[in-house]
Amino acid sequence: MTPIVSIWPLAAILVSLLGALPIILANRQPNLRESWTILIALVKLMIVASLLPGVLEGNSYVFTIAQVIPGVPIELRVDALGMIFALVASSLWLFTSIYSIGYMRALDEHAQTRYYASFAVAISATLGVAFAGNLLTMYLFYEMLSLSTYPLVTHEQNAEARSSGRKYLTYILGTSIGLALPAMMITYSVAGTLDFTSGGILAGKASPELLALLVVLFLFGFAKAGLMPFHGWLPAAMVAPTPVSSFLHGVAVVKAGVFSIFRIIFDILGPETLQSADLGSLITYIASVTLLIASMVALTQDSLKRRLAYSTIGQLAYMVLGAGMLSATGMLGGVMHLAMHAFGKITLFFCAGAIYVASKKKNISQMDGLGRRMPITYLAFFLGSLSIIGMPPLGGFISKWNLLIGAVEGDQLVLIVVLLISSLLNAAYFFPIIYRGFFVPATDGEGDGIKEAPLFCLIPLSVTALVSLALFFYPDTLLKLARMALGI
Amino acid sequence: MESILDHVIAKYNYWIYVVLMMIGFYAMIGKRNLVKKLLGMNIFQTAIILFFISTGAKKGGSIPILDKYAALQGQVDVNQVVNPLPHVLMLTAIVVGVSVTGVALAVMQRIYRKYGTLEEDEILHKIENE
Amino acid sequence: MKSNLHMYVMAAPLLTAFLVNIFGRNNRKVIAPMVLGALGLSSLLAIAVLKRTLMLGDLSYTAGAWTPPWGIELLVDPLSALMLLLIAAVSFIATFAALPCVKRDLEDRQHLFFTLYLILIAGLMGLVLTADAFNLYVMLEITSITTYGLIALGRGRAPLSSFNYIIMGSVAASFYLLGVGYLYLLTGTLNMADIARYLPALQGTAALSTALAFILIGLWIKMAFFPLHGWLPRAYTDAPDGAGVLIAPLMTKVTIYLMVRLMLTFQSPTFPLISMDVRTLVIWAAAIGIVCASSLALAQRNLKQMLTYIIIAEVGYMVGGAWLANDQGMTGTLLHIVNDALMTLCLFLAAVAIAYRTGSLHFDNLKGLYRRMPWTMAFFTIGAFAMIGVPPTCGFYSKWYLLLGGIEAGQWEFVVALIFSSLVNAVLFFRIIELAYFGSLQDSEHHAHASAEPQEAPWWILSPLALTAVLLIVVGLSTGPLVNNIIRLMIPVGF
Repeated sequence: MTPIVSIWPLAAILVSLLGALPIILANRQPNLRESWTILIALVKLMIVASLLPGVLEGNSYVFTIAQVIPGVPIELRVDALGMIFALVASSLWLFTSIYSIGYMRALDEHAQTRYYASFAVAISATLGVAFAGNLLTMYLFYEMLSLSTYPLVTHEQNAEARSSGRKYLTYILGTSIGLALPAMMITYSVAGTLDFTSGGILAGKASPELLALLVVLFLFGFAKAGLMPFHGWLPAAMVAPTPVSSFLHGVAVVKAGVFSIFRIIFDILGPETLQSADLGSLITYIASVTLLIASMVALTQDSLKRRLAYSTIGQLAYMVLGAGMLSATGMLGGVMHLAMHAFGKITLFFCAGAIYVASKKKNISQMDGLGRRMPITYLAFFLGSLSIIGMPPLGGFISKWNLLIGAVEGDQLVLIVVLLISSLLNAAYFFPIIYRGFFVPATDGEGDGIKEAPLFCLIPLSVTALVSLALFFYPDTLLKLARMALGI
Repeated sequence: MESILDHVIAKYNYWIYVVLMMIGFYAMIGKRNLVKKLLGMNIFQTAIILFFISTGAKKGGSIPILDKYAALQGQVDVNQVVNPLPHVLMLTAIVVGVSVTGVALAVMQRIYRKYGTLEEDEILHKIENE
Repeated sequence: MKSNLHMYVMAAPLLTAFLVNIFGRNNRKVIAPMVLGALGLSSLLAIAVLKRTLMLGDLSYTAGAWTPPWGIELLVDPLSALMLLLIAAVSFIATFAALPCVKRDLEDRQHLFFTLYLILIAGLMGLVLTADAFNLYVMLEITSITTYGLIALGRGRAPLSSFNYIIMGSVAASFYLLGVGYLYLLTGTLNMADIARYLPALQGTAALSTALAFILIGLWIKMAFFPLHGWLPRAYTDAPDGAGVLIAPLMTKVTIYLMVRLMLTFQSPTFPLISMDVRTLVIWAAAIGIVCASSLALAQRNLKQMLTYIIIAEVGYMVGGAWLANDQGMTGTLLHIVNDALMTLCLFLAAVAIAYRTGSLHFDNLKGLYRRMPWTMAFFTIGAFAMIGVPPTCGFYSKWYLLLGGIEAGQWEFVVALIFSSLVNAVLFFRIIELAYFGSLQDSEHHAHASAEPQEAPWWILSPLALTAVLLIVVGLSTGPLVNNIIRLMIPVGF
């Protein structure tokens, strides 16, 4: 269990950060630029994967970048929890890069170099969040992620994109500087350290009132997790190109928020400390409210991407809910959902993008009969939505099942009801889309000439849908990592 | 009442400096003419210089030009000579004050050439109309 | 230990100032190598001084061999060596950008400009070195007078701004001088360390409080501490570009250092300089100042003017941090002096680069600048992130210490003000980034192959800008050694 000093965690982060340079330099040669992107994504995935066996054996890899504040260096540490997030993020980045090529070229988008470079920086920051060894380092990369995704949100450069970008920064930076930073400072001045330590660093050092304050500050401070009332940025950020929405606002950015909250609950505040202060219910109630409201709002959205965004807000709350149960099964469900939802949601976003590329349609009400024209896309969409709803035989079932068991074990009747209602709502907002696609005929003359999106779009979305399926049958590695992360 | 009066009379020189300083300060802040501001600044500085000089003065003290050997043998009564250090310091302060005045006058010339007036209100008026 | 080494650091620009005046009059080409050579030498020597002080302890030089406390002592300890290095390095870097600006704006007066410029730098170094309260006044006036002159060289309403600065600056200097006079009356000495020895006996007397109040108010005016900041925005905005890059990063910071130095010298366990009432008052003033200056910055429509209000807000950070009177706050202040100098330098260099190419810094003029000056804007962005306090740029770490100091001292108004100001900075800078990067596109540009010819700033401005931007990150990452090896050494126990 001794930590091994290794440069590879740093390499995994740097490869895409430095990789942004050749991408910028290849500004005028799109093919070279995109080859770089794919190459960097592959290298990155390989580095992350090469660390996996060691982590599975119970090792952790550490690397100290700089000494900045007494007791709090900038330090990377690869452990099981970080590994889950890093694996999900770096594998999905590869698919997203391939998908981006199809999407961006099909739409002949402007400023593609900026787009790919920002993307590369964003994925570096995401891995940094995953591999951070203490709260300060995590905060550092969290901010870097916020800033590097801003150009992606504002990509369209029209008034709507600019106002969304503003909203994005206001929510994300406002909460991280205004809430998370003070919470971090208070934690440091109470505990004298910010290292992630299994079981938390505040045991016996903080009064229940202070803990409650910290819980609230941290939960809302990491607004990327989209807990209401700080969720407004996510639907607004949907003006970004679809690969951005799918990867960043379906996976990397939002999960970075949830992941941060996991770290806070597991390794800073400590489940047992929270339990003894009876604060689990505070977390689960905050999450439950978000969960229900977001699912209901999703029902009312006609824009496909906005509906997916509200669905994401709801699903993120599931994960927080799981962590807030503070029981082994509940937390396991929360962690597993982080991975399962990633594969499911990215499939759905890919599909939304593919539909837009093929037909220029954004609203669900216009999508009658499209399923017959784009059968592969719609099939993938079907699989993805099943996974999100939590039905077998898809990965989402495993995580949601664990969440439900966790609620039952904890005798938390309210949570059981919330989970059940919410799953029904999930089904209610997904199935009409599929139904319209396959069974409502298109209005006359519409839809002629629409065919499947380019292969660059189609392949990634099929693969991620299949991975969602495969994760139901082979969840062992993920489960093992999650159990190790939780020490169960 | 009487004791305060005694107090004032006993240290009348310091009270004069305070009055001078107030006059200078008022001119710097209250007057709208740049030359008057500068004059106020000079009065202000002069008051401080006088204040310093006063601190070195002694009743019946003579100029501090001493016989080196007598001084080394401790035959000089320090109560008989004025403290020269404040004078020396104020020489420097006077030089500084003159330099500042010089710079201010030069700047003022540029202002006058540009706007044709040294009344602050009129200058600001002209700047707004530019 | 006796040494002359630190005097050479100061002598290099001082002597070159006169040489530039003589030789540069007829031959413009010698100006650049002379100025850069002197400041480069100064920087190297400052590094040597810093090393030597860290190894051997304080270095002292006595003017005219009059032993202190009678003679004037020029003393350097690790902290003032750090400040010396900061001044030398910042002025060295700034000079690269100043040269082309001065060449363009003041074609036939270059030698005069650089004479003042170098004397100003020497004066700043003298301020840091001197251990004598009256000598400090002289140095203060040397820097001020040269600054008045440099600002008056600017265009537009610069002379008027300079004149207002002269009046305010003279009030400040006179107040300081008056305070020193009182101290001299009370202690009979002008050597700062010597004064500190007599202070405990005088504790609580009205005369001493008056003396300290005069000194502090004098320094506060000079550093533009809210609400005594009125002169700064116009003076710094109207200064010629070549002078702005030097004055803006250094003047206020050095004055703050002086305040900190006096506090550290006078404060002792037997003489708590910082009484509770005054402390609370000053910290409230700092907090209100931060909030007001940040809000005023929001109202500006000109980049340089906006930056000047940010400088005022940052002064509030540092004054407040010092008066928190705890270890963390003081560390934060000293660290922020270094960091803020670099951040301000970076942003002013970027502003100068933009002004050099486009002629105006009004917000309307910044639209789409990213396409025309991509590198300048990239470095500007790094500087902006440092100002906002985004890790790993250096701005984050000093803010960290300041916040921690505020939390430990229980001064929540200061903590709130700092966070408010960080958020406002984020708004300020992202407003500009949005204009420069994401202005609306023309239809023709809306596709993959649109291109605009870049019109980057000249290398003379761009390379120092790049260097500063890199420094912001390097200094940020070496915060640990900086704090442990230099700053912590200088903060007395029990602070």
